[in-house]
Amino acid sequence: MSMPFYVAPEQQMKDKADYARKGIARGRSAVVLQYEGGILMVADNMSRTLHKISELYDRIGFAAVGRYPEFENLRLMGVRFADVRGYQFDRRDVSGRQLANIYAQTLGTVFSESLKPWEVEIVVAEVGDTAAEDEIYRITFDGSIVDEQGFVAVGGSSEHVSTQLKDRFAADAPLSAALNAATHALAHENGEERELEAANLEVAILERSRQHRKFRRIHGSRLASLIEEGQRGTTGGASVSGDSGTGAGTGTGDEADE
Amino acid sequence: MFEGFEGGRMSAAFMSAGTSSFTEFLREVKPDLLPGQHLGSGGAATSAEHLTPDATTIVALTFPGGVLLAGDRRATQGNVIANRDMDKLYRTDEFSAVAIAGSAGIGIELAKLYQVELEHYEKLEGRSLSLEGKSNKLAQMVRGNLGMAMQGFVVIPLLVGFDENTEKGRVFSYDAVGGRYEEHRYYSVGSGSVYARGSIKKLYRDDLDETTAIKVALEALYDAADDDSATGGPDLHRKIFPLVDVITEDGHRRISTDEVARLATEVVEGRAVNPDGPRARLG
Repeated sequence: MSMPFYVAPEQQMKDKADYARKGIARGRSAVVLQYEGGILMVADNMSRTLHKISELYDRIGFAAVGRYPEFENLRLMGVRFADVRGYQFDRRDVSGRQLANIYAQTLGTVFSESLKPWEVEIVVAEVGDTAAEDEIYRITFDGSIVDEQGFVAVGGSSEHVSTQLKDRFAADAPLSAALNAATHALAHENGEERELEAANLEVAILERSRQHRKFRRIHGSRLASLIEEGQRGTTGGASVSGDSGTGAGTGTGDEADE
Repeated sequence: MFEGFEGGRMSAAFMSAGTSSFTEFLREVKPDLLPGQHLGSGGAATSAEHLTPDATTIVALTFPGGVLLAGDRRATQGNVIANRDMDKLYRTDEFSAVAIAGSAGIGIELAKLYQVELEHYEKLEGRSLSLEGKSNKLAQMVRGNLGMAMQGFVVIPLLVGFDENTEKGRVFSYDAVGGRYEEHRYYSVGSGSVYARGSIKKLYRDDLDETTAIKVALEALYDAADDDSATGGPDLHRKIFPLVDVITEDGHRRISTDEVARLATEVVEGRAVNPDGPRARLG
Protein backbone atom coordinates (compact mmCIF):
# COMPACT_ATOMS: atom_id res chain seq x y z
CA MET A 1 0.00 0.00 0.00
CA SER A 2 1.49 3.28 -1.03
CA MET A 3 1.58 6.17 1.39
CA PRO A 4 0.63 9.58 0.06
CA PHE A 5 3.36 12.18 0.23
CA TYR A 6 3.07 14.65 3.06
CA VAL A 7 2.16 18.09 1.85
CA ALA A 8 2.11 20.97 4.30
CA PRO A 9 -1.35 22.55 4.69
CA GLU A 10 0.02 25.97 3.73
CA GLN A 11 1.37 24.52 0.51
CA GLN A 12 -1.91 22.70 -0.14
CA MET A 13 -3.94 25.90 0.21
CA LYS A 14 -1.52 27.83 -1.92
CA ASP A 15 -1.65 25.21 -4.66
CA LYS A 16 -5.43 25.23 -4.63
CA ALA A 17 -5.55 29.01 -4.74
CA ASP A 18 -3.10 29.11 -7.65
CA TYR A 19 -5.12 26.51 -9.48
CA ALA A 20 -8.35 28.46 -9.00
CA ARG A 21 -6.77 31.77 -10.01
CA LYS A 22 -5.38 30.27 -13.19
CA GLY A 23 -8.74 28.80 -14.08
CA ILE A 24 -10.53 32.10 -13.54
CA ALA A 25 -7.90 34.03 -15.49
CA ARG A 26 -8.65 31.98 -18.60
CA GLY A 27 -12.07 33.58 -18.96
CA ARG A 28 -13.16 37.13 -19.56
CA SER A 29 -14.09 39.58 -16.82
CA ALA A 30 -17.36 41.10 -15.68
CA VAL A 31 -18.13 44.40 -14.01
CA VAL A 32 -20.95 45.60 -11.79
CA LEU A 33 -21.41 49.29 -11.09
CA GLN A 34 -23.91 51.85 -9.90
CA TYR A 35 -25.50 54.32 -12.31
CA GLU A 36 -28.10 56.98 -11.71
CA GLY A 37 -31.06 54.62 -12.06
CA GLY A 38 -29.76 51.57 -10.22
CA ILE A 39 -27.07 48.99 -10.82
CA LEU A 40 -25.56 48.01 -14.16
CA MET A 41 -24.03 44.58 -14.79
CA VAL A 42 -21.86 43.95 -17.83
CA ALA A 43 -20.02 40.80 -18.86
CA ASP A 44 -17.91 39.96 -21.83
CA ASN A 45 -19.82 36.94 -23.08
CA MET A 46 -20.04 35.48 -26.56
CA SER A 47 -22.98 33.23 -25.77
CA ARG A 48 -26.51 34.56 -25.84
CA THR A 49 -27.93 31.68 -23.87
CA LEU A 50 -25.29 30.62 -21.35
CA HIS A 51 -25.61 33.61 -19.09
CA LYS A 52 -23.00 35.04 -16.78
CA ILE A 53 -25.51 37.52 -15.42
CA SER A 54 -28.88 36.54 -14.00
CA GLU A 55 -31.69 37.44 -11.71
CA LEU A 56 -31.78 35.95 -8.24
CA TYR A 57 -34.73 37.78 -6.75
CA ASP A 58 -36.79 40.97 -6.97
CA ARG A 59 -33.93 43.36 -6.24
CA ILE A 60 -30.99 41.04 -6.46
CA GLY A 61 -28.77 40.20 -9.40
CA PHE A 62 -25.94 37.73 -9.87
CA ALA A 63 -22.82 38.01 -12.02
CA ALA A 64 -20.13 35.38 -12.28
CA VAL A 65 -16.94 34.54 -14.09
CA GLY A 66 -15.01 31.31 -14.33
CA ARG A 67 -16.27 27.81 -15.06
CA TYR A 68 -19.85 27.86 -16.27
CA PRO A 69 -21.14 24.62 -14.71
CA GLU A 70 -19.78 25.61 -11.32
CA PHE A 71 -21.29 29.07 -11.13
CA GLU A 72 -24.50 27.79 -12.72
CA ASN A 73 -24.80 25.48 -9.73
CA LEU A 74 -24.38 28.44 -7.44
CA ARG A 75 -26.97 30.40 -9.36
CA LEU A 76 -29.54 27.60 -9.07
CA MET A 77 -28.82 27.37 -5.38
CA GLY A 78 -29.33 31.09 -4.94
CA VAL A 79 -32.61 31.18 -6.84
CA ARG A 80 -33.93 28.22 -4.88
CA PHE A 81 -32.82 29.63 -1.57
CA ALA A 82 -34.36 33.02 -2.34
CA ASP A 83 -37.65 31.58 -3.60
CA VAL A 84 -38.06 29.27 -0.61
CA ARG A 85 -37.31 32.08 1.80
CA GLY A 86 -39.57 34.57 0.04
CA TYR A 87 -42.39 32.03 -0.04
CA GLN A 88 -41.91 31.05 3.58
CA PHE A 89 -41.80 34.62 4.90
CA ASP A 90 -42.23 37.62 2.68
CA ARG A 91 -40.64 38.91 -0.49
CA ARG A 92 -38.91 41.67 1.46
CA ASP A 93 -37.23 39.13 3.69
CA VAL A 94 -34.83 38.01 0.97
CA SER A 95 -31.66 40.07 1.05
CA GLY A 96 -28.45 40.26 -0.91
CA ARG A 97 -26.49 39.88 2.28
CA GLN A 98 -28.04 36.48 3.04
CA LEU A 99 -27.29 35.26 -0.44
CA ALA A 100 -23.74 36.58 -0.35
CA ASN A 101 -23.26 34.78 2.97
CA ILE A 102 -24.47 31.41 1.77
CA TYR A 103 -22.31 31.74 -1.34
CA ALA A 104 -19.29 32.61 0.78
CA GLN A 105 -19.88 29.67 3.10
CA THR A 106 -20.45 27.27 0.24
CA LEU A 107 -17.34 28.36 -1.64
CA GLY A 108 -15.32 28.35 1.59
CA THR A 109 -16.38 24.79 2.36
CA VAL A 110 -15.64 23.61 -1.15
CA PHE A 111 -12.25 25.31 -1.08
CA SER A 112 -11.12 23.77 2.19
CA GLU A 113 -12.71 20.35 1.92
CA SER A 114 -12.53 19.17 -1.63
CA LEU A 115 -9.49 18.44 -3.70
CA LYS A 116 -10.42 20.79 -6.49
CA PRO A 117 -11.54 24.30 -5.63
CA TRP A 118 -14.21 25.92 -7.75
CA GLU A 119 -12.83 28.27 -10.35
CA VAL A 120 -15.41 30.97 -9.95
CA GLU A 121 -15.72 34.50 -8.72
CA ILE A 122 -19.14 35.99 -8.22
CA VAL A 123 -20.92 39.22 -7.47
CA VAL A 124 -24.23 39.59 -5.68
CA ALA A 125 -25.80 43.02 -6.13
CA GLU A 126 -28.92 44.35 -4.51
CA VAL A 127 -30.54 47.60 -5.56
CA GLY A 128 -32.00 49.62 -2.69
CA ASP A 129 -34.63 52.34 -2.56
CA THR A 130 -31.86 54.95 -2.76
CA ALA A 131 -28.34 54.78 -4.15
CA ALA A 132 -26.97 54.81 -0.60
CA GLU A 133 -28.80 51.56 0.12
CA ASP A 134 -27.35 49.66 -2.84
CA GLU A 135 -25.24 46.68 -1.87
CA ILE A 136 -22.57 45.01 -3.97
CA TYR A 137 -20.72 41.94 -2.68
CA ARG A 138 -17.82 40.18 -4.31
CA ILE A 139 -17.24 36.56 -3.32
CA THR A 140 -14.04 34.84 -4.36
CA PHE A 141 -13.23 31.15 -4.94
CA ASP A 142 -12.01 30.67 -1.34
CA GLY A 143 -15.17 32.07 0.22
CA SER A 144 -13.86 35.54 1.05
CA ILE A 145 -16.52 38.15 0.85
CA VAL A 146 -15.97 41.84 0.21
CA ASP A 147 -18.58 44.58 0.50
CA GLU A 148 -17.73 46.79 -2.47
CA GLN A 149 -18.58 50.46 -2.84
CA GLY A 150 -19.85 51.78 -6.14
CA PHE A 151 -18.29 49.37 -8.57
CA VAL A 152 -16.48 46.04 -8.78
CA ALA A 153 -14.73 43.97 -11.40
CA VAL A 154 -14.33 40.21 -11.25
CA GLY A 155 -12.26 37.89 -13.36
CA GLY A 156 -8.65 37.03 -14.07
CA SER A 157 -7.44 40.55 -14.61
CA SER A 158 -9.96 42.23 -12.36
CA GLU A 159 -7.37 44.56 -10.86
CA HIS A 160 -6.54 45.92 -14.25
CA VAL A 161 -10.18 46.29 -15.15
CA SER A 162 -11.00 48.03 -11.87
CA THR A 163 -8.20 50.53 -12.36
CA GLN A 164 -9.62 51.36 -15.76
CA LEU A 165 -13.12 51.58 -14.38
CA LYS A 166 -12.12 53.76 -11.44
CA ASP A 167 -11.10 56.62 -13.72
CA ARG A 168 -14.41 56.74 -15.48
CA PHE A 169 -16.83 55.65 -12.81
CA ALA A 170 -19.47 58.02 -11.48
CA ALA A 171 -22.32 56.72 -9.35
CA ASP A 172 -24.76 59.25 -10.83
CA ALA A 173 -23.84 58.77 -14.48
CA PRO A 174 -26.64 58.06 -16.93
CA LEU A 175 -26.94 54.50 -18.20
CA SER A 176 -25.19 55.09 -21.53
CA ALA A 177 -22.19 56.71 -19.84
CA ALA A 178 -21.97 53.96 -17.23
CA LEU A 179 -22.16 51.35 -19.96
CA ASN A 180 -19.44 53.16 -21.86
CA ALA A 181 -17.20 53.16 -18.80
CA ALA A 182 -17.84 49.46 -18.26
CA THR A 183 -17.14 48.43 -21.85
CA HIS A 184 -14.05 50.62 -21.94
CA ALA A 185 -12.72 48.86 -18.86
CA LEU A 186 -13.55 45.41 -20.24
CA ALA A 187 -11.98 46.22 -23.58
CA HIS A 188 -8.69 47.12 -21.91
CA GLU A 189 -8.46 43.90 -19.99
CA ASN A 190 -4.95 42.37 -19.97
CA GLY A 191 -3.51 45.63 -21.17
CA GLU A 192 -4.76 44.89 -24.69
CA GLU A 193 -7.25 47.03 -26.51
CA ARG A 194 -10.15 45.31 -28.16
CA GLU A 195 -13.29 46.49 -29.79
CA LEU A 196 -16.35 45.19 -27.91
CA GLU A 197 -19.52 44.92 -29.91
CA ALA A 198 -23.07 44.49 -28.75
CA ALA A 199 -22.93 40.81 -29.74
CA ASN A 200 -20.06 40.18 -27.31
CA LEU A 201 -21.69 41.85 -24.39
CA GLU A 202 -24.15 40.59 -21.87
CA VAL A 203 -25.81 43.53 -20.18
CA ALA A 204 -28.48 43.74 -17.52
CA ILE A 205 -29.70 46.34 -15.08
CA LEU A 206 -31.38 46.39 -11.71
CA GLU A 207 -33.65 49.34 -12.25
CA ARG A 208 -34.59 51.18 -9.08
CA SER A 209 -37.80 52.72 -10.42
CA ARG A 210 -39.16 49.48 -11.83
CA GLN A 211 -42.12 47.72 -10.20
CA HIS A 212 -41.97 44.19 -8.80
CA ARG A 213 -38.90 42.56 -10.28
CA LYS A 214 -36.17 45.08 -10.97
CA PHE A 215 -33.90 42.91 -13.09
CA ARG A 216 -33.98 43.48 -16.81
CA ARG A 217 -31.73 42.37 -19.64
CA ILE A 218 -30.69 44.82 -22.30
CA HIS A 219 -29.98 43.42 -25.73
CA GLY A 220 -30.59 43.87 -29.42
CA SER A 221 -31.20 47.28 -30.87
CA ARG A 222 -31.60 48.94 -27.50
CA LEU A 223 -28.14 47.81 -26.45
CA ALA A 224 -26.64 48.92 -29.74
CA SER A 225 -28.16 52.37 -29.43
CA LEU A 226 -26.99 52.69 -25.82
CA ILE A 227 -23.46 51.80 -26.82
CA GLU A 228 -23.54 54.31 -29.62
CA GLU A 229 -24.94 56.96 -27.33
CA GLY A 230 -22.22 56.21 -24.78
CA GLN A 231 -19.49 56.45 -27.40
CA ARG A 232 -20.74 59.78 -28.64
CA GLY A 233 -20.44 60.84 -25.04
CA THR A 234 -23.94 62.14 -25.19
CA THR A 235 -24.88 63.94 -22.05
CA GLY A 236 -28.23 64.55 -20.54
CA GLY A 237 -30.17 62.04 -22.62
CA ALA A 238 -31.82 59.92 -20.00
CA SER A 239 -34.60 58.64 -22.22
CA VAL A 240 -32.87 55.29 -22.19
CA SER A 241 -35.36 53.32 -20.19
CA GLY A 242 -37.60 51.93 -22.87
CA ASP A 243 -40.64 51.02 -20.85
CA SER A 244 -41.94 52.37 -17.56
CA GLY A 245 -39.56 54.19 -15.29
CA THR A 246 -39.42 57.92 -14.98
CA GLY A 247 -35.64 57.93 -15.62
CA ALA A 248 -34.83 61.07 -13.66
CA GLY A 249 -34.07 63.17 -16.68
CA THR A 250 -31.18 65.54 -16.74
CA GLY A 251 -27.98 63.72 -15.92
CA THR A 252 -24.73 65.47 -16.62
CA GLY A 253 -22.53 62.58 -17.59
CA ASP A 254 -19.41 64.66 -18.04
CA GLU A 255 -17.25 62.38 -15.95
CA ALA A 256 -17.40 59.67 -18.52
CA ASP A 257 -16.62 62.00 -21.34
CA GLU A 258 -12.98 62.77 -21.17
CA MET B 1 -27.84 30.29 10.70
CA PHE B 2 -29.99 29.30 7.75
CA GLU B 3 -32.28 26.37 7.84
CA GLY B 4 -31.19 23.55 5.60
CA PHE B 5 -27.67 24.87 5.83
CA GLU B 6 -25.66 22.37 7.78
CA GLY B 7 -21.93 21.89 7.91
CA GLY B 8 -21.37 24.88 5.66
CA ARG B 9 -23.33 23.39 2.78
CA MET B 10 -26.83 23.74 1.50
CA SER B 11 -28.53 20.36 1.25
CA ALA B 12 -27.62 18.67 -2.00
CA ALA B 13 -31.05 19.32 -3.49
CA PHE B 14 -30.29 23.04 -3.76
CA MET B 15 -27.37 22.43 -6.09
CA SER B 16 -28.56 19.49 -8.17
CA ALA B 17 -29.60 20.11 -11.75
CA GLY B 18 -32.95 18.71 -10.60
CA THR B 19 -36.30 20.23 -11.34
CA SER B 20 -37.36 23.70 -12.40
CA SER B 21 -40.64 23.31 -10.58
CA PHE B 22 -40.79 25.14 -7.29
CA THR B 23 -43.53 22.88 -5.93
CA GLU B 24 -41.52 19.74 -6.60
CA PHE B 25 -38.46 21.31 -5.07
CA LEU B 26 -40.38 22.35 -1.98
CA ARG B 27 -41.77 18.86 -1.64
CA GLU B 28 -38.21 17.62 -1.48
CA VAL B 29 -36.70 20.12 0.93
CA LYS B 30 -39.55 21.58 2.93
CA PRO B 31 -42.78 19.65 2.41
CA ASP B 32 -44.37 21.26 5.46
CA LEU B 33 -44.57 24.57 3.59
CA LEU B 34 -46.84 23.18 0.88
CA PRO B 35 -50.54 24.04 1.11
CA GLY B 36 -52.79 21.53 2.78
CA GLN B 37 -50.04 19.48 4.39
CA HIS B 38 -51.35 19.73 7.91
CA LEU B 39 -55.04 19.11 7.49
CA GLY B 40 -54.78 15.38 7.01
CA SER B 41 -57.94 13.37 6.68
CA GLY B 42 -59.33 13.76 10.20
CA GLY B 43 -62.99 14.63 10.55
CA ALA B 44 -63.80 14.26 6.91
CA ALA B 45 -67.37 13.32 7.72
CA THR B 46 -68.18 16.57 9.49
CA SER B 47 -68.01 19.69 7.46
CA ALA B 48 -64.95 21.82 8.09
CA GLU B 49 -66.04 24.62 5.80
CA HIS B 50 -66.57 27.03 8.66
CA LEU B 51 -62.81 27.15 9.17
CA THR B 52 -62.11 29.55 6.36
CA PRO B 53 -64.27 32.16 4.66
CA ASP B 54 -65.44 31.95 1.08
CA ALA B 55 -64.22 34.29 -1.59
CA THR B 56 -67.00 35.13 -3.98
CA THR B 57 -67.49 36.51 -7.48
CA ILE B 58 -64.82 36.92 -10.18
CA VAL B 59 -65.39 37.95 -13.79
CA ALA B 60 -63.01 37.87 -16.75
CA LEU B 61 -63.50 39.10 -20.27
CA THR B 62 -61.36 39.58 -23.31
CA PHE B 63 -61.26 42.63 -25.53
CA PRO B 64 -59.24 43.28 -28.69
CA GLY B 65 -55.60 43.39 -27.58
CA GLY B 66 -56.05 42.23 -24.03
CA VAL B 67 -57.92 40.62 -21.23
CA LEU B 68 -59.46 41.86 -18.02
CA LEU B 69 -59.98 40.29 -14.63
CA ALA B 70 -62.20 41.80 -11.96
CA GLY B 71 -63.33 40.68 -8.54
CA ASP B 72 -65.62 41.90 -5.81
CA ARG B 73 -64.15 42.45 -2.34
CA ARG B 74 -66.34 40.38 -0.09
CA ALA B 75 -65.52 37.19 1.80
CA THR B 76 -68.28 35.45 3.70
CA GLN B 77 -68.46 32.87 6.40
CA GLY B 78 -71.97 31.43 6.42
CA ASN B 79 -74.25 34.43 6.73
CA VAL B 80 -71.52 36.66 8.14
CA ILE B 81 -69.42 39.03 6.07
CA ALA B 82 -65.92 37.99 7.04
CA ASN B 83 -64.06 40.63 5.06
CA ARG B 84 -65.16 43.69 3.10
CA ASP B 85 -61.98 44.58 1.30
CA MET B 86 -60.37 41.34 0.31
CA ASP B 87 -58.04 41.18 -2.69
CA LYS B 88 -58.74 38.03 -4.70
CA LEU B 89 -56.69 38.90 -7.75
CA TYR B 90 -53.06 37.89 -8.02
CA ARG B 91 -50.59 39.10 -10.58
CA THR B 92 -48.75 35.87 -11.30
CA ASP B 93 -46.27 37.24 -13.81
CA GLU B 94 -45.96 39.97 -16.40
CA PHE B 95 -48.55 38.39 -18.70
CA SER B 96 -50.90 36.46 -16.46
CA ALA B 97 -53.08 36.87 -13.43
CA VAL B 98 -55.17 34.53 -11.38
CA ALA B 99 -58.24 35.07 -9.22
CA ILE B 100 -59.71 32.70 -6.69
CA ALA B 101 -63.21 31.82 -5.61
CA GLY B 102 -64.06 29.37 -2.85
CA SER B 103 -62.19 28.61 0.37
CA ALA B 104 -60.13 31.74 0.89
CA GLY B 105 -57.41 30.36 3.13
CA ILE B 106 -56.55 27.58 0.71
CA GLY B 107 -57.01 29.73 -2.37
CA ILE B 108 -54.63 32.45 -1.21
CA GLU B 109 -51.92 29.88 -0.57
CA LEU B 110 -52.54 28.25 -3.92
CA ALA B 111 -52.27 31.57 -5.73
CA LYS B 112 -49.12 32.49 -3.86
CA LEU B 113 -47.47 29.18 -4.63
CA TYR B 114 -48.50 29.42 -8.28
CA GLN B 115 -46.96 32.87 -8.49
CA VAL B 116 -43.62 31.62 -7.17
CA GLU B 117 -43.87 28.57 -9.40
CA LEU B 118 -44.06 30.66 -12.58
CA GLU B 119 -41.30 33.00 -11.53
CA HIS B 120 -39.07 30.17 -10.36
CA TYR B 121 -39.38 28.41 -13.69
CA GLU B 122 -38.66 31.61 -15.53
CA LYS B 123 -35.51 32.31 -13.53
CA LEU B 124 -34.13 28.79 -13.72
CA GLU B 125 -34.91 28.22 -17.37
CA GLY B 126 -34.27 31.73 -18.61
CA ARG B 127 -37.67 31.93 -20.33
CA SER B 128 -41.22 31.88 -19.12
CA LEU B 129 -43.71 29.08 -19.62
CA SER B 130 -46.10 29.34 -22.54
CA LEU B 131 -49.63 30.38 -21.61
CA GLU B 132 -50.78 26.81 -22.27
CA GLY B 133 -48.04 25.58 -19.96
CA LYS B 134 -49.09 28.03 -17.29
CA SER B 135 -52.72 26.94 -17.53
CA ASN B 136 -51.79 23.25 -17.31
CA LYS B 137 -49.56 23.88 -14.33
CA LEU B 138 -52.47 25.51 -12.52
CA ALA B 139 -54.68 22.53 -13.39
CA GLN B 140 -52.19 20.21 -11.71
CA MET B 141 -52.13 22.36 -8.62
CA VAL B 142 -55.92 22.44 -8.37
CA ARG B 143 -55.95 18.68 -8.79
CA GLY B 144 -53.43 18.45 -5.95
CA ASN B 145 -56.05 20.07 -3.76
CA LEU B 146 -58.63 17.39 -4.47
CA GLY B 147 -58.31 15.80 -1.01
CA MET B 148 -59.09 19.15 0.54
CA ALA B 149 -61.93 19.77 -1.88
CA MET B 150 -63.53 16.51 -0.70
CA GLN B 151 -63.51 17.92 2.80
CA GLY B 152 -65.29 21.01 1.64
CA PHE B 153 -62.36 23.30 0.92
CA VAL B 154 -63.10 23.83 -2.73
CA VAL B 155 -60.97 26.39 -4.57
CA ILE B 156 -61.90 27.47 -8.06
CA PRO B 157 -59.33 29.67 -9.78
CA LEU B 158 -59.78 31.68 -12.94
CA LEU B 159 -56.67 32.31 -15.01
CA VAL B 160 -56.30 35.07 -17.56
CA GLY B 161 -53.28 35.79 -19.66
CA PHE B 162 -52.04 37.56 -22.72
CA ASP B 163 -50.75 35.10 -25.27
CA GLU B 164 -47.68 36.66 -26.82
CA ASN B 165 -47.77 34.33 -29.79
CA THR B 166 -51.29 35.06 -30.93
CA GLU B 167 -51.37 38.51 -29.30
CA LYS B 168 -54.74 37.81 -27.75
CA GLY B 169 -56.09 37.70 -24.25
CA ARG B 170 -57.25 34.27 -23.09
CA VAL B 171 -59.30 32.97 -20.19
CA PHE B 172 -59.06 29.55 -18.52
CA SER B 173 -61.50 28.14 -16.00
CA TYR B 174 -61.13 25.09 -13.77
CA ASP B 175 -63.27 22.69 -11.86
CA ALA B 176 -62.51 21.28 -8.42
CA VAL B 177 -60.75 18.19 -9.77
CA GLY B 178 -58.41 20.19 -11.95
CA GLY B 179 -60.28 20.03 -15.23
CA ARG B 180 -59.12 22.90 -17.41
CA TYR B 181 -61.43 24.64 -19.85
CA GLU B 182 -60.56 27.45 -22.16
CA GLU B 183 -63.34 30.03 -22.20
CA HIS B 184 -64.02 32.31 -25.11
CA ARG B 185 -64.82 35.96 -24.71
CA TYR B 186 -65.90 35.98 -21.06
CA TYR B 187 -66.40 33.90 -17.97
CA SER B 188 -67.23 34.19 -14.31
CA VAL B 189 -66.73 32.01 -11.24
CA GLY B 190 -67.90 32.12 -7.64
CA SER B 191 -71.23 32.31 -5.86
CA GLY B 192 -72.56 35.23 -7.89
CA SER B 193 -71.20 33.96 -11.19
CA VAL B 194 -74.56 32.90 -12.57
CA TYR B 195 -75.89 36.43 -12.39
CA ALA B 196 -72.61 37.98 -13.49
CA ARG B 197 -72.41 35.76 -16.55
CA GLY B 198 -75.97 36.56 -17.49
CA SER B 199 -75.19 40.22 -17.22
CA ILE B 200 -72.02 40.10 -19.32
CA LYS B 201 -73.79 37.99 -21.92
CA LYS B 202 -76.15 40.88 -22.61
CA LEU B 203 -73.54 43.61 -22.54
CA TYR B 204 -70.58 41.99 -24.27
CA ARG B 205 -69.50 43.21 -27.70
CA ASP B 206 -66.57 41.99 -29.76
CA ASP B 207 -65.21 45.49 -30.19
CA LEU B 208 -65.12 46.65 -26.59
CA ASP B 209 -62.32 49.02 -25.70
CA GLU B 210 -60.56 48.77 -22.37
CA THR B 211 -62.66 51.33 -20.49
CA THR B 212 -65.95 49.95 -21.75
CA ALA B 213 -64.79 46.45 -20.88
CA ILE B 214 -64.13 47.60 -17.32
CA LYS B 215 -67.61 49.12 -17.26
CA VAL B 216 -69.14 45.82 -18.42
CA ALA B 217 -67.26 43.97 -15.66
CA LEU B 218 -68.47 46.46 -13.05
CA GLU B 219 -72.06 46.15 -14.26
CA ALA B 220 -71.75 42.38 -14.03
CA LEU B 221 -70.37 42.53 -10.50
CA TYR B 222 -73.18 44.90 -9.57
CA ASP B 223 -75.73 42.44 -10.92
CA ALA B 224 -74.06 39.62 -9.00
CA ALA B 225 -74.14 41.68 -5.79
CA ASP B 226 -77.77 42.55 -6.52
CA ASP B 227 -78.93 38.95 -6.46
CA ASP B 228 -76.26 37.08 -4.51
CA SER B 229 -75.91 38.00 -0.84
CA ALA B 230 -72.32 36.75 -0.71
CA THR B 231 -71.10 39.19 -3.37
CA GLY B 232 -70.25 42.74 -2.36
CA GLY B 233 -71.20 45.67 -4.58
CA PRO B 234 -69.30 48.97 -4.80
CA ASP B 235 -69.26 50.54 -1.33
CA LEU B 236 -69.37 54.28 -1.98
CA HIS B 237 -69.39 55.21 1.70
CA ARG B 238 -66.38 53.18 2.69
CA LYS B 239 -64.72 53.81 -0.67
CA ILE B 240 -64.33 50.09 -1.34
CA PHE B 241 -64.56 49.27 -5.02
CA PRO B 242 -64.03 46.12 -7.06
CA LEU B 243 -60.46 45.43 -8.16
CA VAL B 244 -59.66 45.31 -11.85
CA ASP B 245 -56.50 43.95 -13.50
CA VAL B 246 -55.83 44.42 -17.20
CA ILE B 247 -53.24 42.51 -19.22
CA THR B 248 -52.20 43.71 -22.65
CA GLU B 249 -49.05 43.43 -24.72
CA ASP B 250 -47.53 45.99 -22.33
CA GLY B 251 -47.97 43.58 -19.49
CA HIS B 252 -50.01 43.46 -16.34
CA ARG B 253 -51.57 46.59 -14.88
CA ARG B 254 -53.87 47.14 -11.94
CA ILE B 255 -56.41 49.85 -12.69
CA SER B 256 -56.05 52.66 -10.18
CA THR B 257 -58.62 52.99 -7.40
CA ASP B 258 -59.55 56.46 -8.64
CA GLU B 259 -60.36 55.18 -12.12
CA VAL B 260 -62.41 52.25 -10.80
CA ALA B 261 -64.13 54.57 -8.31
CA ARG B 262 -65.13 56.90 -11.13
CA LEU B 263 -66.54 54.11 -13.30
CA ALA B 264 -68.20 52.33 -10.37
CA THR B 265 -69.87 55.58 -9.29
CA GLU B 266 -71.22 55.94 -12.83
CA VAL B 267 -72.61 52.41 -12.62
CA VAL B 268 -74.25 53.09 -9.25
CA GLU B 269 -75.71 56.38 -10.48
CA GLY B 270 -77.02 54.64 -13.58
CA ARG B 271 -78.80 52.17 -11.34
CA ALA B 272 -80.45 55.01 -9.44
CA VAL B 273 -82.28 55.84 -12.65
CA ASN B 274 -82.62 52.32 -13.89
CA PRO B 275 -82.27 49.76 -11.05
CA ASP B 276 -81.93 46.78 -13.39
CA GLY B 277 -79.10 48.36 -15.34
CA PRO B 278 -78.59 48.94 -19.04
CA ARG B 279 -81.14 47.28 -21.33
CA ALA B 280 -80.05 45.09 -24.21
CA ARG B 281 -81.68 46.08 -27.49
CA LEU B 282 -84.01 43.64 -29.15
CA GLY B 283 -83.90 43.11 -32.85
